[in-house]
Amino acid sequence: MSETLLKVSNIETFYGPIQAIRGVSIEVKQGSIVTVLGANGAGKTTILRTISGVLDAERGEVSFQGQDIGGLTPDRVMRQGICHSPEGREIFPFLSVAENLMMGSFTRSDKDEIARDLEMCYGYFPRLKERAAQRAGQLSGGEQQMLAISRALMGRPKLLLLDEPSLGLSPLLVTQIFEIVKRINRERGVAILLVEQNAHIALKTADYGYVLEVGRIVMEDSCAALMEKDDIKEFYLGQKDSGARGHRRWKKKKLWR
Amino acid sequence: MDDAARLLQLVVNGAASGCIYGLIAFGFVLIYKATEMVNFAQGDIMMLGAFVAYSFIHQFGLNYWVGFGLAILVTALFGFLLDAIVLRRVIGQPQFAVVMLTLGLAFIFRAGAGLAWTYDSVGFNTPFTNKTVNLGGLVLGQDNVSILVGTLVLCGVLYLFFSRTRLGVAMQAASQNQLAAYYMGIPVRRIFSLIWAISAGVAAVAAVLLAPVSMIDVNMGFLGIKAFAAAVLGGFGSIPGAVIGGVIVGVVEQLSGYFLPPGFQDVTSNIVLLAVLILRPEGLFGKTIRKRV
Repeated sequence: MSETLLKVSNIETFYGPIQAIRGVSIEVKQGSIVTVLGANGAGKTTILRTISGVLDAERGEVSFQGQDIGGLTPDRVMRQGICHSPEGREIFPFLSVAENLMMGSFTRSDKDEIARDLEMCYGYFPRLKERAAQRAGQLSGGEQQMLAISRALMGRPKLLLLDEPSLGLSPLLVTQIFEIVKRINRERGVAILLVEQNAHIALKTADYGYVLEVGRIVMEDSCAALMEKDDIKEFYLGQKDSGARGHRRWKKKKLWR
Repeated sequence: MDDAARLLQLVVNGAASGCIYGLIAFGFVLIYKATEMVNFAQGDIMMLGAFVAYSFIHQFGLNYWVGFGLAILVTALFGFLLDAIVLRRVIGQPQFAVVMLTLGLAFIFRAGAGLAWTYDSVGFNTPFTNKTVNLGGLVLGQDNVSILVGTLVLCGVLYLFFSRTRLGVAMQAASQNQLAAYYMGIPVRRIFSLIWAISAGVAAVAAVLLAPVSMIDVNMGFLGIKAFAAAVLGGFGSIPGAVIGGVIVGVVEQLSGYFLPPGFQDVTSNIVLLAVLILRPEGLFGKTIRKRV
């Protein structure tokens, strides 16, 4: 694939005295979808927050398009072309849906292009158009997720950070949203860094994946290869092969090979 | 008929001083909504605005409207710098620190104004001083009418600003969800400083509108206490509530001055404040809608 867009090398991030990330390196190439899998508390969100500049890494580097963005404040990082659709959606509850989307394009001044992008978002998520005048706080969880993704798209990102888009949604809605995520990637050429607990859908959507456990990357490979690994099957996809007698007699350990 | 006209006049006078309380309360609420800080120096920022206007209009002899505009600009700039240099540093500290800091600033402002200008009461001439208008038999002071009209115009302008302009909506967004506003590329710190600038500018407008009715002196900032009652009455999170609360406090104050024994006028705002806290702590217009998680 083509050149590297985002390069995270060896970052270590702390919440006060607690080390959440213990030396993580990630690369996102132009136009690709990369996923970071991991259980609760593995540090997935922390990685995205470090990239966005909400948290500063104690050690290590974050570079975007060859430029160091490690010390920038979140609004400056966004102006470089990294848009973040945060965990828990974080929409503006008392603004209308249209105003929320307008805030997504806060940094832009090209009116015609903004209008075109707005139509594009409404094209991906027709529900939002129906509810454009409604207060965002009154939307359902799924609609709020659509809004959060669209709002990030309105910033016309080169790299889109998606944090748990499946959180709290019905399986059907999850499938729909991930299909659109894939379309956004293909049609707009936006690179996506996707953080997910739902390994099934994430591996199906992404090109390349990292597995994160307690602040460390324990495995990385193309998603097709990851899906074939025993440990991934066992612990992330929940497939078990039964033993000779039809049931398993011991608990498996993770080997990460 | 005579009584009715008298009553109406009292109501108009009360509404006029109530508008002043409302405008200061507006500053309280705006800053509180955005940064969760209660700025107890708001009344004293108004006092500074009054002295700045006095300088421009009386001492430099500028045209009233030019002086008005300049006073707003200078006071707004002062508010901006106050946040950027001082108050930004206490964000995230306990509420108590903020209360002490703004109370301390209020003392500094009073002493500073006394040194820079004077401890005496001063005033300046406005186009509305000592003139009356006759509305179908009802004779009203132009000063009071100018306060009412000025407040209405200002509220209209601010409403349009907050609902229609990109910057205004961004201010709402930053108040509602700071982190998400950062993710949108909104420079949240600068937006907060601008909110302080608007609050200070509105206080300056209140000061200039008040000038024909009241003298300017270093202690006029204690009006802020009544404005605080107005803000609580309005629900402390609602901007229209702040202005309406101010008008209610002002009218109640005037009426009690007329109907009740002397001395009651000065305590009515505190009685209103206590009554609201006991009977309806969320205020008249408190937001009951909560964010869905």
